[in-house]
Amino acid sequence: MAKKFRIEIAADECKGCYRCLAVCPKKLIARGKELNIQGYFAVTVAEPGNCIGCGSCFYQCPEPGAITIYEEE
Amino acid sequence: MSEKVKFGRSKVFFDTFHRRPGPIKKNMHYCPGCGHGILHKLVAEAIEHFGIQENTTPIAPVGCAVFAYYYFNVGSISVPHGRAPAVGTGAGRANPESYVISYQGDGDLAAIGFNEFLQAANRGEKMTVFFVNNSNYGMTGGQMAPTTLPGQKTTTSPYGRNPETEGYPTPVCEIVNSLTAPVYIERVALTTPGRVAAAKKAVYKGIQNLKERKGFSLIEVVAPCPINLKMSADQVNEFIEKQMLNYFPLGCLRDKTAELPEGKLPPPVIRDEESVREILFPKRNENAVAADFRNTSDIFDQELRVKIGGFGGQGVLSLGVMLANMARLRNFNVSWMPSYGPEQRGGAACCAVTVSRKAIPSPIIDRGGNLLIAMTQAAFDKYIGELREDGILIYDHTAVKLPELPAAMKTYGIDALDIAGNQLGNSKFANSVLIGALAAVLAKNGMNEADQADFSRAFAEAVEEKFGKKPGAVEANINAYNAGIAAMK
Repeated sequence: MAKKFRIEIAADECKGCYRCLAVCPKKLIARGKELNIQGYFAVTVAEPGNCIGCGSCFYQCPEPGAITIYEEE
Repeated sequence: MSEKVKFGRSKVFFDTFHRRPGPIKKNMHYCPGCGHGILHKLVAEAIEHFGIQENTTPIAPVGCAVFAYYYFNVGSISVPHGRAPAVGTGAGRANPESYVISYQGDGDLAAIGFNEFLQAANRGEKMTVFFVNNSNYGMTGGQMAPTTLPGQKTTTSPYGRNPETEGYPTPVCEIVNSLTAPVYIERVALTTPGRVAAAKKAVYKGIQNLKERKGFSLIEVVAPCPINLKMSADQVNEFIEKQMLNYFPLGCLRDKTAELPEGKLPPPVIRDEESVREILFPKRNENAVAADFRNTSDIFDQELRVKIGGFGGQGVLSLGVMLANMARLRNFNVSWMPSYGPEQRGGAACCAVTVSRKAIPSPIIDRGGNLLIAMTQAAFDKYIGELREDGILIYDHTAVKLPELPAAMKTYGIDALDIAGNQLGNSKFANSVLIGALAAVLAKNGMNEADQADFSRAFAEAVEEKFGKKPGAVEANINAYNAGIAAMK
């Protein structure tokens, strides 16, 4: 059985640099429409469950905990 | 079904950044899209991976990463501009069990601190340097840096960097690659996922080299600075790929780690208080008085300000040190502050010695002096104005011609150089002659008999401390001291 992954965005930690957008091979990440606590349009994830767990977005993100990728066990 | 974190916040980061001022405690302070954040994550992950969090000492630069200590839960140090490799050298040698990381930007490393950096690299210090190259001075608002590209516009190169007048981008990795000592040099970039993966590998390698104490590792990270370059995430990646990498080609320039054995810890540095004291003051006088001893003469109740001036080589500075040490051996607070020219012999030299039972607010003497010892006319002319009207002046009889002086001033001439050179056979004893003269002068100015005897004992102890290992030197100096007393009587 293929491994399953899930992305979680801590919206208040996003600074809206959008480095993660282009690198997602599944194009799951999009610009959000709501301002977060810092005043940025945080990114959102359309279908978190379709993540393949490549980690590209995590390593593009300059914030330590804005993106977390979970693996189902 | 349960979940585990596949990619998430490293445990080497503080969970909450309490040191960061303001309400935002989970984010770093960096601008959106900054390469520092990405590199911080890679470094934190590598520290976690190799299990060296406990002893890692990252040294943050002055620059955007100045607040790295807000984030890494390790024993960080922040240092002045460009000095990270110098402080890292000290930190690594004083605490050999530590793993020193020098984290620097391009202005910090390639301009301000290039000397410190190159020297550390050339010595092969066991540290890993992360060099963040974003083609400008970021924190101060995007000025031209050594790494700015020809034609690149910055706030200080508004028409673009002109190589005719500003030179070319500094190829730091290539320069370091011309040195013998460094073991690992690689340049990476933070653009595409593939590049970031290569950067992660290089960062891991750098941290592994630290753990195995292989030697000096340099990882140059070509990093995005979208805010100062006024670009979007995509634009800054393109700028790096299409322009910066022409001047800063990626790749591993050197990796000698495989052929090197795992490094050993250097022998521990002695650091207990007693052994440090032993190094600083190898000869301590066992005859010194008890801690509660106090000289009883009234003259010692006030703060005594002594200025000694002459030319370099006359022993002016060592005379001051000797007086200060005598007072220290009698439980006074003392300060000694020299001022002299670059030449070892000749030129004006002076020192200020302050002796007090109370705390000494300043070692500087520019007025209110109690005692002036003037060995030359120039020194007399320069410092006589600092002496109190009722102060004591001791001057070299042949060198100084006295003008009209305030009536309350007490003046004592002595031919100290003549006595030392002609009677005692060596002009270097002149300062001991002068201390003898001072003993006689103080005896005429309120020092009681008990303290007169004690003054001589203190001198003998101070000389013993300084010259105890040189045969004959103690006797010769005490002889000169006695000659000084005799001459002044």
